[in-house]
Amino acid sequence: MREYAYLRPSDPAQAVAAVSEDPDARFLAGGTNLVDHLKLGITAPGLLVDVRRLPLDAIEQTADGLRIGANVLNSDLAADRAVRTGWPLVARALLAGASGQIRNQATTGGNLVQRTRCVYFQDRTTPCNKREPGSGCSADHEQAYGRYNAILGASEHCVTVHPSDLAVALAACEATVEVLGTAGPREVAIEDLHRLPGDEPERDTTLGHGELITGIRLQRSPVLERSTYVKVRDRASFAFALVSVAAGIELDDAGLVRDVRLAWGGVAHKPWRAAVAEDALRGSPLSETAVREAAEAELAQARPAPGAAYKMAMVRNATVLALRRLVPDVLGDVRGDVRGESEEER
Amino acid sequence: MDDLTPTTADLSVELTVDGTTHRVPVDPRTTLLDALRERLGNTSPKKGCDHGQCGSCTVLLDGRRHLTCLALALSFDGAEIATAAGLAGSGVHPVQQAFLSHDGYQCGYCTPGQICSAVGMLDEAAHDRPSHVTDDLAAPTSLEDLTDAEIRERMSGNLCRCGAYVGILDAIREVAGA
Repeated sequence: MREYAYLRPSDPAQAVAAVSEDPDARFLAGGTNLVDHLKLGITAPGLLVDVRRLPLDAIEQTADGLRIGANVLNSDLAADRAVRTGWPLVARALLAGASGQIRNQATTGGNLVQRTRCVYFQDRTTPCNKREPGSGCSADHEQAYGRYNAILGASEHCVTVHPSDLAVALAACEATVEVLGTAGPREVAIEDLHRLPGDEPERDTTLGHGELITGIRLQRSPVLERSTYVKVRDRASFAFALVSVAAGIELDDAGLVRDVRLAWGGVAHKPWRAAVAEDALRGSPLSETAVREAAEAELAQARPAPGAAYKMAMVRNATVLALRRLVPDVLGDVRGDVRGESEEER
Repeated sequence: MDDLTPTTADLSVELTVDGTTHRVPVDPRTTLLDALRERLGNTSPKKGCDHGQCGSCTVLLDGRRHLTCLALALSFDGAEIATAAGLAGSGVHPVQQAFLSHDGYQCGYCTPGQICSAVGMLDEAAHDRPSHVTDDLAAPTSLEDLTDAEIRERMSGNLCRCGAYVGILDAIREVAGA
């Protein structure tokens, strides 16, 4: 591992200044992803600026919702009473990610800027345009390990997906991300934080070098109070998503869809807000057929990368399942089936 | 550490481990796990995968279960750490006794991590922290609600290649009293 210097400033502006003035510097928060990358040699910074102890660890009620400091731990956010009742999809997404120990270490801001778990990105012996621009994509190949590849929004340069569960839930929440740079604070809609790979797959987000996420703001809404997160993975726990669905729904008195939120994980280089599917459902009566057709409409733009075509049916079915959990009286009660366990076993 | 001059030299951390406070000089690349094992000689936390995937390096850090392999020692300056070796002073912690009673181990390599994780997990469940398999997020969690599915899910960050899971589950269930 390359030698690096270590700095722990006591206020966010100092941290931002320290990273901004050194192209070789990186922020360090919980470290669950970055420390692993240091060991793997995926990144070799000359300076680590530790932001973990900056006073950004509060969850505060605001006039219309919540403000979550970037250093709030994943476990503390998932256990927060306001989050569990007002934004259950956020709590569910966090609890579906990583392990108990890692959730006690990983931060809210760090979760959003974690990097892909594509096996080729993590293996320095293979070409990867995200790790080493211009070297080629090892995953975009029929013989590649493509099980975790994208089906939406990929480019010829990169076919990987974003690994965060939290970010998918935040996309469905239309969260606002608070960012601090040398020019001062600014706000970024979660939709605009992550980006599709295009011809710059090395850039996961739209943040500039030295810009620090300081907090997340959530707006309260009935469509988010009735919400959940469904994650499909290769084992029952402690695994990244094959596909995932963050869903919220609000029905009117006549049973029509007043509002719906759908975001998909595991399918693209960024959390995929399924806006086409939402539009298809809004104002209509809810039925399994309607949900399937809405998902199919969203998937009309899909171009599955090698090995990932199975995700088309999987994300459609997971979307039905997520909405079923929220309105079992309309779509049928299927508690327990996603975890592959019977009620007796649970 | 508020000095804004980056440095690689003369860095040290203060760590309180199993009740004893140490001042440990460290290279910035030193993980908490290596500081504990190689600098302080506490080999209770184990280096299994060294990538945050197996849980064998789990300790209680400021009272909560925590990996030490993905933690840089400098980041955790001032931390209070309990390893499995010091959980009950020179005695046997109830979770350790339950592992003994139920054969919750075979080779023993993952055991210190399993035990620290179990102690932390039981505390989480007793303090209203839900899990992925908790049906009702609005209801408070408690030890009485620790079904086998809850214990399995909450312990999923600790792998055991011998496959002592059945005994581990029995041991934790007994301590939880569920």
